Amino acid sequence: MAVDVSLRDRFERGLAAPICLTWELTYACNLACTHCLSSSGRRDPNELSTDEAKALIDEIAAMQIFYVNIGGGEPMIRRDFFELVEHAVARRVGVKFSTNGTRIDRAAATRLAATDYLDIQISIDGADAATSDAIRGAGSYDAARRAMDHLQAARFGPFKISVVMTRDNVGQLDEFERLAQHYGAQLRLTRLRPSGRAVETWEALHPTPEQSRQLYRWLKDRPEVLTGDSFFHLSALGESLEGLNLCGAGRVVCLIDPVGDVYACPFVIHDEFRAGNVREAGFADVWTTSELFTSLREPGNPGACASCGSYDACRGGCMAAKFFTGLERSDPDPECVFGHGEAALAAKQVLLRPRSFPDHSRRVAVSIASR
Amino acid sequence: MAFDPQVRWGLNGQVSLRDEEFGALAYHHGTRRLVFLKSRGLVELVRHLDQYDNADLALDALVATEERGRYRTALASLAASEVIRGR
Repeated sequence: MAVDVSLRDRFERGLAAPICLTWELTYACNLACTHCLSSSGRRDPNELSTDEAKALIDEIAAMQIFYVNIGGGEPMIRRDFFELVEHAVARRVGVKFSTNGTRIDRAAATRLAATDYLDIQISIDGADAATSDAIRGAGSYDAARRAMDHLQAARFGPFKISVVMTRDNVGQLDEFERLAQHYGAQLRLTRLRPSGRAVETWEALHPTPEQSRQLYRWLKDRPEVLTGDSFFHLSALGESLEGLNLCGAGRVVCLIDPVGDVYACPFVIHDEFRAGNVREAGFADVWTTSELFTSLREPGNPGACASCGSYDACRGGCMAAKFFTGLERSDPDPECVFGHGEAALAAKQVLLRPRSFPDHSRRVAVSIASR
Repeated sequence: MAFDPQVRWGLNGQVSLRDEEFGALAYHHGTRRLVFLKSRGLVELVRHLDQYDNADLALDALVATEERGRYRTALASLAASEVIRGR
């Protein structure tokens, strides 16, 4: 989906409702991935009830948000998971949900395959157990593969295999592609953000500049690979990648967390980017009237990037990546392909990386029982 | 689907339209594709297309003469992405 410039300018000023709404159903998770954006683990006692969640779905339908990206935590841990999915689908709100796959047994796969308007993304972070489990925990890769086997056996159709690109798995791109082909699945690659627990691990895990260039070339050759528009900072390397190629935070994108807090995007679960709560006046009110979103829809200031000939291609990159590495919004992206971000980081005399954000991490190690 | 302006067309039942300042977003629930309709005039045309016996009659009735060529091209691309269907 290539988008022309006039339309991109419109999107930067915000739309009547989001295009890409992510809703984290729960902070509970049976894994403890080292790069978890929402620092998930323990359920929050204040999470939306089934009735509140259904009311939110009704509002999403009324706003004509065509589909919602459900995540967590592990969304399938919620006992009302299927009830909520079916409530959404019955109102023509499509559901795309991300899961670690541990709850997809034969019965769940059969039920999922029978539901319309449903997309599933199963997450792995390596093309083999050793690479993936290093991030997602022992047994997680095999559990994800079993889920894929169940979906295939249940004839779910083309599900998605979702991979966060790291220093350890960029070298496995061709293997991911083969795995997707094996299942008749679609491959989806996304960018590692330094958010949530990745505040601690991003430094060691984010791809090297050479790997980023390799990834860009690989993606250019494969427009069918999905990216959730997350690598637009790489568009400065040449021709734009597929997608809107802009920071959609608060403009076409936002996140609702399990307790109903609304954030500008899935990668900025932090007070500074909290626009409101759906329990107060409803989601539509937050989307249309919040001060934060109004300010995010004002024309962007190119800041330090103003003199760079590629600003129009990358728009200064990802707001969340800057924020959590200690950069300002007017600074270059920390992974700027010309190295301007690294230079900006090196030039800071004092680097204050944000620390306080909701943390639901469990305090004990986890392991996956095989089934 | 190839676009034949001599037959009746209408919004695909699998497609939802959402009005926006620039025009509308169309989402195809089957193909999961999002399509942008970049003018209010085009949105009006698409919404009322099925009230006319064929697309050319709809164009004559709803679109200024000098704009018809452009709108006919837009309809052909909406037909190709299955946002509209021939009846």
